[in-house]
Amino acid sequence: MAPALVWLTALMVVPCALVLALAFFRRGIYGGIEYTFTLENFGLVFDPLYAGIFLNSARIAGTATLVAVVIGYAAAYAIAAAPRRWQPVFLFFAVLPFWSNYLIRTYAWIVLLNREGLVTQLLRWFGYTGEPPSMLYTEGAVIAGLVYNYLPFVILACYAPLSRLNPELAEASRDLGASAMTTFRRIILPLTVPGIAAGAVFVFVLSIGNFVTPALLGGGRFQMIGNLVYDQFLTANDWPFGAALAMALIAIMLVVLMAQAFAANRASGHAAEVRSDANG
Amino acid sequence: MVERSPATRRTLWFVLALVFAFLYIPIAVLVTLSFNEGGLPTAWSGFSLKWYVSLAGNSAILSAALNTLIVALVSTAIATLLGTLLAIGIEMRRQYGKGLEALIFAPMIIPDIVLAIALLSFFSMLNLTMGLHTIILAHVVFNLAFVCSVVRARLKSFDWSIVEASTDLGASAITTFRRVTLPVILPAVIAGALLAFTLSVDEFIIAFFTAGAGRASTTLPMQIYAMIRFGITPEINALATIVMAVSVTALTLSQRLNRGMIGQ
Repeated sequence: MAPALVWLTALMVVPCALVLALAFFRRGIYGGIEYTFTLENFGLVFDPLYAGIFLNSARIAGTATLVAVVIGYAAAYAIAAAPRRWQPVFLFFAVLPFWSNYLIRTYAWIVLLNREGLVTQLLRWFGYTGEPPSMLYTEGAVIAGLVYNYLPFVILACYAPLSRLNPELAEASRDLGASAMTTFRRIILPLTVPGIAAGAVFVFVLSIGNFVTPALLGGGRFQMIGNLVYDQFLTANDWPFGAALAMALIAIMLVVLMAQAFAANRASGHAAEVRSDANG
Repeated sequence: MVERSPATRRTLWFVLALVFAFLYIPIAVLVTLSFNEGGLPTAWSGFSLKWYVSLAGNSAILSAALNTLIVALVSTAIATLLGTLLAIGIEMRRQYGKGLEALIFAPMIIPDIVLAIALLSFFSMLNLTMGLHTIILAHVVFNLAFVCSVVRARLKSFDWSIVEASTDLGASAITTFRRVTLPVILPAVIAGALLAFTLSVDEFIIAFFTAGAGRASTTLPMQIYAMIRFGITPEINALATIVMAVSVTALTLSQRLNRGMIGQ
């Protein structure tokens, strides 16, 4: 096991530590790195210009997460409600697209949304004669791309707790006079929070650091943190600032992961409560 | 689950149909267009394989495909070896710290862009000339984590007493590994290798940052990215169809090996 650990240390731990260190240095006049300690880079992260991009990224990632969770949960619910022998098949086909190349899945949306794409064709077919609507290179396109790419994971994450749900709990709730809505809200939803949280965290973390989707579907008009990091390293040549941005990204990720652990913890507490209520 | 009214059941099937339409229509459109004679998304002008033929004559794509194959094969080989040994080492010992767990888990959750810039900074600080070899070094990092987790899952149910028995009967450590441990975990090792191969073939961001300047070390996803940025061409549709077919096949195979394993 030693060679593997050496490999991980040399090519992951050390480089990541290097980036952390880099974030505390100053950018040289000609783009290089000047080895003097500074906190400027982190200050710059909070500069209104860049803080705005952070908020923008969080909004786009948050919307994508919300949409993916709603669609994914509904899909997982429908799969869990399907006849037992069909469930693995549905699940397999729900996850299958996830295994194809990310760039290609994103590209498929360019084909659909461009001015002469399928959506415009469909509109024309329905009798629309005006200018083709501009759908590509909008925030909506970026969100659609993110939802499309990460939906299979949400379905998978939500299906796990839904399929394990004890049907007697819902029946008991109905028998005691609760409406379907109340049963869902008070029994089913709380018991499946861990799946929702896992799916949501996955979509949010991958979306907020994404640079491919905003670059391709947003046409570079919607800068997200990922694009900003990319620019600092490959075009602006301000590596220390890029490093600070990357660290901010990691910090956001850690906060989100901790929130997930908290939500899962509370949910397991609630699950125990529901169970003891059901038993007692 | 609970008894449902016909109306509820219809709604659920409808939801399922909508979601599958959402997931598959974009891919279906792409695949269909790749066989469209005219190549335009606007009109169907007949079935044709000409875009596949024109791919075969595109030297930039062919060399990118070759690069991808080299990177994927070499990084998969290294990662499979190291990842399997790591999994055995961890599971044999049974006691490991949280730090080790985090170290192995990290490559799977660190955002690609962070690992990409970290490796770029690292390689350039060492004044290393970047190329296919640096992409391979980078790909092994996450591939080895995935192989390790697949093999570990298999080892959870492994009966270590047969290893002891083999040693007691006088077999050397290598013989024991080759004749006892390996046959048991082989399906998981192959499943892990297939997963690693697919991840490597599809990986774009880290390769993009660690490939260095120049077109010599362009991989297929890098080539696809460049083509997409340029606009829609029927050739990308054909290329996309091939790449999707390859990854879906490899992963279905990997999944089947894993499932067969659980059934044992």
